[in-house]
Amino acid sequence: MSKPKFAMYWAASCGGCEIAVLNIHEKILEVDAAFEVVFWPVAMDAKYKDVEAMQDGEITLCLFNGGMRNDENEHIAKLLRRKSKIMVAFGSCACEGCIPGLANFSSITDLVDTAFTTITTDNPDNIRPVTSYAMPEGTIIIPTLNPMLKTLDQVVDVDYYMPGCPPESHQIAAVVDLVIAALNGKAELPPKGATIGAGNSTVCDECPRKRNVKTIKEFRRIQFTTTDPELCLLEQGIPCNGVATRSGCNARCPSAGAQCIGCYGPAEGVVDYAARLISAFASVIDSDNPEEIDKILDGLVDPAGQFYRFNLAGSLLRASKSAQKG
Amino acid sequence: MTEETKPFEPVIIGFTCNWCSYRAADLAGTARMKYAPNVRLIRLMCSGRLDPTFVFKAFAGGADAVLVSGCHPGDCHYATQNYKAMRRFHLMTRVLTQMGIESGRLKLLWASAAEGQIFANAITKFVEEVRLLGPLNWNTTGAGIPAEVAKEEVTA
Repeated sequence: MSKPKFAMYWAASCGGCEIAVLNIHEKILEVDAAFEVVFWPVAMDAKYKDVEAMQDGEITLCLFNGGMRNDENEHIAKLLRRKSKIMVAFGSCACEGCIPGLANFSSITDLVDTAFTTITTDNPDNIRPVTSYAMPEGTIIIPTLNPMLKTLDQVVDVDYYMPGCPPESHQIAAVVDLVIAALNGKAELPPKGATIGAGNSTVCDECPRKRNVKTIKEFRRIQFTTTDPELCLLEQGIPCNGVATRSGCNARCPSAGAQCIGCYGPAEGVVDYAARLISAFASVIDSDNPEEIDKILDGLVDPAGQFYRFNLAGSLLRASKSAQKG
Repeated sequence: MTEETKPFEPVIIGFTCNWCSYRAADLAGTARMKYAPNVRLIRLMCSGRLDPTFVFKAFAGGADAVLVSGCHPGDCHYATQNYKAMRRFHLMTRVLTQMGIESGRLKLLWASAAEGQIFANAITKFVEEVRLLGPLNWNTTGAGIPAEVAKEEVTA
């Protein structure tokens, strides 16, 4: 009997998700034993036409990481969706846009200007990319940028979401075990649309720091201050996103003395990540005076960036007004 | 009148509290005061119940502006929750401004149950201010707010 087929693809992402998969160490041998890897551009040579030649639904498991930055990303997402039984939005980029999604704060014009005309770029002739160029041998085409980066589920139907930037290796290993067990009829897969490889609570629930329900008079940036290693960071005025962030990482950052930046995405039931954080941060501010509140909020240098670092493309508003207008 | 010559009628979602600002609106109604019909009021038990998600959802769903109103500072039925609403309002305004939504599209208004006239006047003034800002036209199609999210209830 032939083995079930496995694919992994990267769209707009950094490659960290593939490293995280390899970080499951010797368990990767179990993946190899259980699956035939048919398409994984970072690890093996395969062509798009090989995938196109497959039957619909021929791939059993596809881990798709990266956001939809251009039309090539969307094309491959649609292709792999058609060819795969189980499509997993793997990692923060595919689930909610992540760092590439921060481009949704700016218009495409601004993005291209920044890349091709700023002082760090040596481009005296102001050469700009074109998506199609006629050569003697034929026309060369490169992918066209989307005006806004989209998440995977804004383009295709997604079966499961696996958050994290990148997903923690112990979580990947657990998911691999589950899928292999399910293929052997020894376990059941969760219902479609479920978040897998993560907890159902918040980072605060896993965080070992003590909470005293204390309010604060100022926000401080962690690099300019020393913090108490035992006490909740938010109560020390450090903007920590743990309250709204999904558990699953064992509160790695707060345990190591850094604030949670929210890479596991919105916690269960959170519709808009920034909205939940606005609610939480506003609650700890110790002032009833509008002027003083404004002064305290000045300590949050970039609130939208703080709250939407990983989640802008997946948020209710999706992108800033300038990005929407192109 | 043709489509072009019609004045722009902003759609404003207003959140009122049960104890003061909703009663102010009620008083304005029973006293037959006239004010601009552009605000759709949603009654909450308290302005402190206002989850910022409601505001983000209103803008993403096509509202041109959002009004948040409650009891005067010090008068909250639940002691201090309107102060919480005020702090959220300040932080929300900052985030929305970064998203390109002008600060004039989110307004905080205190109104007691006796201030029907003040409430009515404030709304008429707010509608005129938003009219000057023009339509927000948030992109609600394509990559905009997905239909399933639009239908979904926002839970606490």
